[in-house]
Amino acid sequence: MIRPPAARALSMVLGVLLAGPVGAAWAQEGEPAAANPPAAPPRIAAHDFLMDGGDQARIVWEQSPDDPANVSAYAIYRSRTDAEIQKKIKDDRAKFIAGRKTEATKAILGEDWKTMLDTLTPQQRIDIRAARAEAAKAAAAEFDAGAMNDPASEDNRFLLHGSTKSLELKYEVDKLDRANAYVFMVKAVGKDFSKSAGAVTDAPMSPTLEWFDGTPVQSGGRFWLVWIVLIFCGAVVFWIRHARRGKPIRVRKIAGLEAVDEAVGRATEMGRPCLFVPGIQDMNDIQTIAGITVLARVARTAAEYDAKVEVPTARSLVMTTCRETVQAAYLSAGRPDAYNQDLIYYVTDEQFGYVAYLSGMMVREKPAACFYMGTFYAESLILAETGNAIGAIQIAGTAMPAQLPFFVAACDYTLIGEEFFAASAYLSGSPEELGSLKGQDLGKVIVAVLMILGIGMMTLASMVGEQSGLGERLSAAVKFLKDVILT
Amino acid sequence: MKRTAPMIILALGGFVLLVAYFIPYTQGWGEDAALWFDILAAIAFILGGGNLLKIHLKKMSDKVPGWGYSAVCVASFLAMLTVGLLKIGVHPNEQFPDYRWSGTYDQVGSPFWWLYEYGFKPLTATMFAMLAFYVASAAFRAFRAKNFEAILLLGTAFIILLGRTFAGVFLTGFIPEDSPMAGLKLENLTMYVMQVFNTAGNRAIMIGIALGVASTSLKVLLGVDRSYLGSGEE
Repeated sequence: MIRPPAARALSMVLGVLLAGPVGAAWAQEGEPAAANPPAAPPRIAAHDFLMDGGDQARIVWEQSPDDPANVSAYAIYRSRTDAEIQKKIKDDRAKFIAGRKTEATKAILGEDWKTMLDTLTPQQRIDIRAARAEAAKAAAAEFDAGAMNDPASEDNRFLLHGSTKSLELKYEVDKLDRANAYVFMVKAVGKDFSKSAGAVTDAPMSPTLEWFDGTPVQSGGRFWLVWIVLIFCGAVVFWIRHARRGKPIRVRKIAGLEAVDEAVGRATEMGRPCLFVPGIQDMNDIQTIAGITVLARVARTAAEYDAKVEVPTARSLVMTTCRETVQAAYLSAGRPDAYNQDLIYYVTDEQFGYVAYLSGMMVREKPAACFYMGTFYAESLILAETGNAIGAIQIAGTAMPAQLPFFVAACDYTLIGEEFFAASAYLSGSPEELGSLKGQDLGKVIVAVLMILGIGMMTLASMVGEQSGLGERLSAAVKFLKDVILT
Repeated sequence: MKRTAPMIILALGGFVLLVAYFIPYTQGWGEDAALWFDILAAIAFILGGGNLLKIHLKKMSDKVPGWGYSAVCVASFLAMLTVGLLKIGVHPNEQFPDYRWSGTYDQVGSPFWWLYEYGFKPLTATMFAMLAFYVASAAFRAFRAKNFEAILLLGTAFIILLGRTFAGVFLTGFIPEDSPMAGLKLENLTMYVMQVFNTAGNRAIMIGIALGVASTSLKVLLGVDRSYLGSGEE
């Protein structure tokens, strides 16, 4: 039987094994018997993390005198909060008692006790119940009197947070609660897995909340992201202002958008309705908004041609927005009387319920033009194929890469990704909106430059050898570019 | 005012969410804004249900062609709504056995669960299953060798489809794994096409989409793009 202190020691060793990068190596080598603990790190300090949401701290310590000769890693602990200590003690107590109860059962039924539970005699049941109750009582008394029940014991007070390799003398602790004060402890782990005494920080510290969360990539990479956002938004705003000054901006022809008027015209000539499907997501999805900007144009053209546009929606809020959009489009076309709000209606939130309705409606009413603009999933091909079967002219636009091939295969025109988002600017022809497309192009230039830079550096690193000084620096630069700036 | 107010609300909500990502002090505001959307969406369910009833009852009363479908829709809607809201046939929760309505409406074995499991789910599964046939018909049309690009597409599709089946492995099984020609084994060729050409194309589309999303969001937040309100003109 494994006694509690031994079990605790084993669990701590296993914890360190699993927590750090050196764990795998240790697991392969196995656990040696001899114990030659290294000296503890002489000094340790904890600093609040600059530019974070108040949940991180940076721990630094001085090298153990035995590092690297007899140190393979450092184990980093943080103090538990009172609530965490109480919870740990409660959980440990429950586990301890459960273990003793199982042992009592084993003592009566033997090692195969689990298989015998269904065939117990009434007397055996009574005996086992009594033995388990007695064992539980004894275990509870033993636990309450022992060190495991002591909130001040090191095991209860400190929680293993992670580990670093030998010679790595700093560590970032995350997921802290700024309402609590924490003490940190570092132990040097010897090559024989024995641990030094703990070096503990002098005073408790609480992480503080800063105005800007610029934590590095491991915690979100927001420092670089804010720069990317500022550069990109700055470029878009610059080009919008540039366009406002009347500078000409050229945009290539997008066939799918050129065909909108043609499709509505065809429906008018055939005396059949147009069907507009704004995707299956709600108004908080940017694709739905982009789809509705196209609806504005379709509705306006339909109002001018006196065609009927039917908009079944999968979300109530989308229905309301579409109604406002179409009404305003009819108003701006000078045909407010022709607007019929009953043509824009809610069907269901259920994906395939919505598809079933649309397919049935398409087969029955045979719309002459079908527009699919928004977020689509598996329903994309069902809709597009049904539209194809009824001979409708179909224009689709989505930013779901997995659905694009289906639309391309089954529709007459497809707005692929960014074309879909450019639709509003393209259709309105407004210089301001066209200017934003130019700003978008700058973003593409930046991405292209970074890609060329990364590819160039990686190629050079492999040419000079990644182990050489230059190769190592180039690889590190690429890693920084990839993991910090682009992530 | 009818258009200005939504634009102000939208801009405020959008910028609060944006700022909350970078400024920890405002994280709560972002969560509040998201909560408001959830509240609106929940209320909108009533709007949606009301609209559904109105549209289909009107179709039934006008006896428009296909009004029978509307009757089925309304009946199904009301049946599910009644069974779910009144918790018909639901057993009380074990912790509150004295309260008849303490069980969950969708507990296993309840009428609502039964209707969902044996009525609704098979119907949606049927719709989803139809996708297989649509894939076949779309593939047949897409892979017709009309021009050079279509031939290229057909050839690539042929390699990918074969490479993902045992037939592909069998057909090029004679090429030794360690020979310089091993790259021509269909399963390796498939892997190469998927990992190199397909990934490159996908990434190009994804970069365009990401920039498009950011640009569109900015246009909407700044009020430059007002076409979702019907027209850019006031």
